[in-house]
Amino acid sequence: MVGREKFDADLNQVQSLLLDLSNTAIDTLDNSMSFLFEKDIEGALSVLENDEHINHMEEEINDRVILLIAKQQPVATDLRRLMVLVKIAADMERIGDYACNIAKETIRIGKDEHIEPIVMLEEMRVKTIKMLKQVLDAFTNENMEEAKSIAKLDDEVDEMYGHIIRTLLTAGINNPAQLSQVTQLSFVCRYLERSADHATNIAERLLYLLKGKHYELNN
Amino acid sequence: MVQSFKKGSASQIDASSIVYDTQKLNLWYGNHHALKNIDLQIKENEVTAIIGPSGCGKSTYIKTLNRMVELVPTVKTSGEILYRERNIFDANYGVEELRTKVGMVFQKPNPFPKSIYDNIAYGPRIHGIKSKKILDQIVEKSLRGAAIWDEVKDRLNTNAYSLSGGQQQRICIARCLAIEPDVILMDEPTSALDPISTLKVEELIQELKEDYSIIIVTHNMQQAARISDKTAFFLNGEVVEFDSTDVIFSTPEDKRTEDYISGRFG
Repeated sequence: MVGREKFDADLNQVQSLLLDLSNTAIDTLDNSMSFLFEKDIEGALSVLENDEHINHMEEEINDRVILLIAKQQPVATDLRRLMVLVKIAADMERIGDYACNIAKETIRIGKDEHIEPIVMLEEMRVKTIKMLKQVLDAFTNENMEEAKSIAKLDDEVDEMYGHIIRTLLTAGINNPAQLSQVTQLSFVCRYLERSADHATNIAERLLYLLKGKHYELNN
Repeated sequence: MVQSFKKGSASQIDASSIVYDTQKLNLWYGNHHALKNIDLQIKENEVTAIIGPSGCGKSTYIKTLNRMVELVPTVKTSGEILYRERNIFDANYGVEELRTKVGMVFQKPNPFPKSIYDNIAYGPRIHGIKSKKILDQIVEKSLRGAAIWDEVKDRLNTNAYSLSGGQQQRICIARCLAIEPDVILMDEPTSALDPISTLKVEELIQELKEDYSIIIVTHNMQQAARISDKTAFFLNGEVVEFDSTDVIFSTPEDKRTEDYISGRFG
């Protein structure tokens, strides 16, 4: 390995790109939920438009990591860090995709009157966004304890998911006219639950980075 | 000290597979304490790499294994190096006997100013082999073993100096193989070679470990990572860490090892 200073400078740049990507993805997910609640079709369309930007950021991170590996041959923690950066970038890009999926449901629902269980999604959104921000904070500060505490939040999100899906299904059974929106909101619920799973993945990746061992947090 | 292959595993090394067992080795050049309490076990049919910054003692250590270090008049040692369970410092251990078993390849290719054939036949001849037929066989086998037979078989009588640096180094390896050693010590064997020649020597090392035990000092950490089974990291005359190369280059235990392999010092 040559040029430690150059390597550190390049690495810092990739890390800051990842932070940009992460903040953008989390904000987009959060906004896409607001647009759902507010029946804001314009907003939902802007989420779809913004996805290309998120994808591009992920590609940029991948390209830079490939170059760093090719040119500097990092080992041990440096190499794990680069692998983890690529994987977290993929997690965040996927969260951006879920935001798009939610936006599409918003567009499908359009100006229809919302069915009552939609209010339950607000709590799930708050918890999921909290998880994502917390795990990003843990990653930035390399805080193992904060990363480990993500597991508990994920359990809570999973529990909410089960509860909301049951409530939605009951609503659909009781009122078949609502079935279409029941399906759409079930998908939204699923996207939030998957986003929370990615937060857990990121926590596991941080632990791997710091300890060089694989952790399973959601068992 | 038994080193496990996989960190955390309790696997024991079979004593009969240990080539060199270094125990509490200390070495001084005059007042300079160059090696401090070295404990290392080198296993047969493996490539053991020794890495560390300049002046860390890695070359001194490898030169102690064939007692070449004794050529320095002010050298003093304590502790033991057991080669195949026999202390090489024992008064009745002949250095010639040791060096018949332990060959060495140096940083700069150093063929004799003789023909390719005579370079390889040199060792067997001084061991008393006179038969042309047997010498022919040894020369061919050694040159094949060093992966250079095809390149030189039609010009065995030309001077070894006429070959490229990479070829000369493989001639030196072939010369080493001709005495059928048990161990081959290599002191930065590719540092004077171009990348393609380096690659050839590295491939050769991989083939040679089937039949020999190889201990290589290298400044090139990527080379250690590529070709060795075990890696010892030396610093200021001490072994900071000795483990499987996989562990050393992925999850080293000691922060100094991580800092060194990551280019933070050295």
